[in-house]
Amino acid sequence: MSRTILDIKDFSMVFGGLRAVDHANMHIDEGEIVALIGPNGAGKTTLFNCVTGVYTPSEGDISVVSPLGKSVRTNGLKPNRITELGLARTFQNIRLFSSMTALENVMIGRHPKLHAGIFGAIFRDSKTRREEEAVIEDSLNILKKLGLEKYANDSASSLPYGAQRLLEIARAMATEPQLLLLDEPAAGMNPQETRELDDTIKRIRDDEGITILLIEHDMSLVMSLSERIYVLDYGKMIASGTPEEVKSNPAVIKAYLGE
Amino acid sequence: MNPDVKYFLQLVLSGLTKGSIYALIALGYTMVYGIIKLINFAHGEIYMIGAFTALIIGGVLQITTELSPLVILGISLVAAVFYSAAYGVTLEKIAYKPLRNAPRLTALISAIGMSLILQNFVLLAQTSDFLPFRSMIPDFSFLIPGKSLLTTTQLVIMVTTFVVMLFLTLLIKFTRMGKAMRATAQDKVMAQLVGIDINRVITFTFVIGSATAAIGGVLIANHTGQINFYIGFLAGIKAFVAAVLGGIGSIPGAVLGSFVLGMTESLGAGYISSAYDNAFAFLILILILIFKPSGLLGRNEVEKV
Amino acid sequence: MNRLLSEAKKSLITSLWFMVLTFPLLVIKVNTRDNTVVWRWMNLLWVAIGAFGLSWIWRRMLERREKGNTRIQSSAWREKVTVFASNRKFQISGLSTLALVVVLFPFLVKFYQVGIVTSALMFVILGLGLNIVIGYGGLLHLGYAAFYAVGAYSYGLMYLYWGLPFWVALPFGAVSGALFGLVIGFPVLRLRGDYLAIVTLAFGEIIRLLLENLSGFTKGPEGIAQIPRPAFFTKLSLQGATTYLYFIAIALVLLAIFVIKRLEDSRVGRALEAMRDDEIAAQAMGIDLTKAKLTTFALGAVWAGMVGVVLAGKTTYINPGSFTLMESVMILVAVVLGGTGSIPGVILGAFLVTLIPEYFRALADYRMLMFGVALVVMSIFRPQGIIPRVRKRYTVGGGKE
Repeated sequence: MSRTILDIKDFSMVFGGLRAVDHANMHIDEGEIVALIGPNGAGKTTLFNCVTGVYTPSEGDISVVSPLGKSVRTNGLKPNRITELGLARTFQNIRLFSSMTALENVMIGRHPKLHAGIFGAIFRDSKTRREEEAVIEDSLNILKKLGLEKYANDSASSLPYGAQRLLEIARAMATEPQLLLLDEPAAGMNPQETRELDDTIKRIRDDEGITILLIEHDMSLVMSLSERIYVLDYGKMIASGTPEEVKSNPAVIKAYLGE
Repeated sequence: MNPDVKYFLQLVLSGLTKGSIYALIALGYTMVYGIIKLINFAHGEIYMIGAFTALIIGGVLQITTELSPLVILGISLVAAVFYSAAYGVTLEKIAYKPLRNAPRLTALISAIGMSLILQNFVLLAQTSDFLPFRSMIPDFSFLIPGKSLLTTTQLVIMVTTFVVMLFLTLLIKFTRMGKAMRATAQDKVMAQLVGIDINRVITFTFVIGSATAAIGGVLIANHTGQINFYIGFLAGIKAFVAAVLGGIGSIPGAVLGSFVLGMTESLGAGYISSAYDNAFAFLILILILIFKPSGLLGRNEVEKV
Repeated sequence: MNRLLSEAKKSLITSLWFMVLTFPLLVIKVNTRDNTVVWRWMNLLWVAIGAFGLSWIWRRMLERREKGNTRIQSSAWREKVTVFASNRKFQISGLSTLALVVVLFPFLVKFYQVGIVTSALMFVILGLGLNIVIGYGGLLHLGYAAFYAVGAYSYGLMYLYWGLPFWVALPFGAVSGALFGLVIGFPVLRLRGDYLAIVTLAFGEIIRLLLENLSGFTKGPEGIAQIPRPAFFTKLSLQGATTYLYFIAIALVLLAIFVIKRLEDSRVGRALEAMRDDEIAAQAMGIDLTKAKLTTFALGAVWAGMVGVVLAGKTTYINPGSFTLMESVMILVAVVLGGTGSIPGVILGAFLVTLIPEYFRALADYRMLMFGVALVVMSIFRPQGIIPRVRKRYTVGGGKE
């Protein structure tokens, strides 16, 4: 059995009186592509936000296991610490650094892997210089992997919508995550772009060895990509399993189609 | 009466007076913030313009006519309210409306610019000196039982503030416009979808906020007996502190915050040191923002991600 | 024709509105001391004409802004300038001419002119420092003059109590500025943009109040006098010291440009800018916001600290009155006018803000009014400033162009 990367146990998130997520359990193993689906407002993005440290979970445990097998409970850790543990994410409503170029966006993703401080920056010693050269090189490579190199010097906000979504993925990949969390990566893409995204995500897993958890509404993409699916409805995890199992689960059909 | 007790009571009453004035200004801050999520940096200047208008109109009437002080007070109050509201609305149209979809910092910088413009406009059009303001509130202290504690002006300030608050509460709770304001504050897009004219609501908010500030300006001018172009700055900052203290966006919060601030300043100056009476406000601001940024009565906002 | 008429009508209405609006303040002047009233009806005429014309221009500008015309024009214009400016020959000849002018300047003009330009240069450094906080960090700091005061009082007090000279105070001013930046930065870490502005303003005022009221230690409102000018091995004449300070200011400007340029192209600078663009996304990229914000404040405050020392050495007299909110606002105007985040922009902005009121004395009274107008107009029509930031381009395949 392969190593578990992310383990969510009995996790709840409460806003005021509203239970956005209610006692959810979930685990992701190394090398998997897992989808989290559910109707709008089911609590999917809330779960993402808690896993990545934007919110602090109200109850339960979320732990991340490092490649060496050390498990860290991440409740209450700051987002940047969680990124350092090897989790990276994209945002549902694109949050690129809009005043910067595409390449600079990816360069920022390299931040946790670099070391230069203020004095390194000012005196630009040979170590910092090498680091800076490598950053540009590596970031360009990541852009190339996602077919974005032609946009390298364009302002991120001027990119076509689909390319912005991909740039978010590129930026997250730059942090060298073990687990990549994608929040509706295909939202707003046309069918052609979605098909390409399907390939891209598979390539990221197969070539880079990055485990993937995605929230997605496009069911054909979910069914084609994922090996396991979790279904969230009104904050409750109502089903999980292989695409076939989930598809035929009566609770899921009810959640999606209503009574 | 025991002199210590008397001193304490005097400080409390002067704190309540200060708090009343802050409340009249803080309301404008909080209402505008509630609707367009912008700190109207020039709001203190609106208050100053109210005081100046009353001084000018009242002064002209005092010098050139034989009207009774109460009539003059009435006319100059109406003029102050009209002019403050007019400046408030104009300022919104010029400096804020084109920036509704701009980054918040840009709008805030525009607001700072507007504050400079109004201050220096008054400075250049009038004078940089303090102008004496002859109180137009007639003295009826013989009617007040504890007259050694409380001046007529102080009493008038407190009563006026109370009436204005009551009026505003009713307005926001029960009128159509009040409901539209609450809807807009909660969700601008939704409000538009149900047919609320956002521009009208914003204009109305500026009218009401500026008008209450003008009343504050007239009262303070009567109370302190002198004004200059710079009085709006400090009063504005303090009213802002009061609004934040109470929870910005919340009307009862602004009132509560104002009284807490007025009391703290008055007691602090009375028992600790008067050299730092302005520092108390700033200190409160820093402490509240560090420990309870949502204020006393404000709601915690969760940023949507 | 119809359009012209309707435009004229709009302007007429605006004009009438402004006549009503400005009537009491501009026309009537009451002297409540000796009971006189002066009526200045001419002012009403000026308002009428001014408002008519300006409202017309204003509407045109808003229309253009809506269409986004300005952007296209300026980028075409900028392209030409960039091509021209990237010409190697031009760069070398331009820079050497500039260097020559800078070096010869104090020997060619009257020495009080040197003093004025030194003040402008000091303002350039302040602008560059505040630009780190606003332009890179995206934190609207309205108490920047407090850092300036810390620098000035570092020298003032070190001289007063220990008799220490300028050159000892200069690095000390820089360090105390930075430390002070951290002290102010820490409590405001959790605050969002607009709250941050007010709290920094409050801090600035508290510092000023402390300087005024701790009179046993700081000499209170009357300030510290007879601080020595910097000595060049030996005590200099007034003229010599003025020239010397000019070159010190030039050196500090160059240092600031060098350091900020280096930071801009580094991991640290990128982290600050990421924080400015989107705090949540920046955190998700592993950027520690606490560290980034503190870095921003410290890096910004260093420069004010140094310039403060220079100010004390230049004027030989400091008091709390030199570090008011208006000073902070003026530095802000320099940054916003020139271009937030843009080094050449901020330099231009600082020169405009200091030299225009200096050389057009008639305008000096209208200075603050003009600054206010500049802030509003720039925010609405050109938020990127006169000389906007140009982002670096990288050649695909590593290195940069």
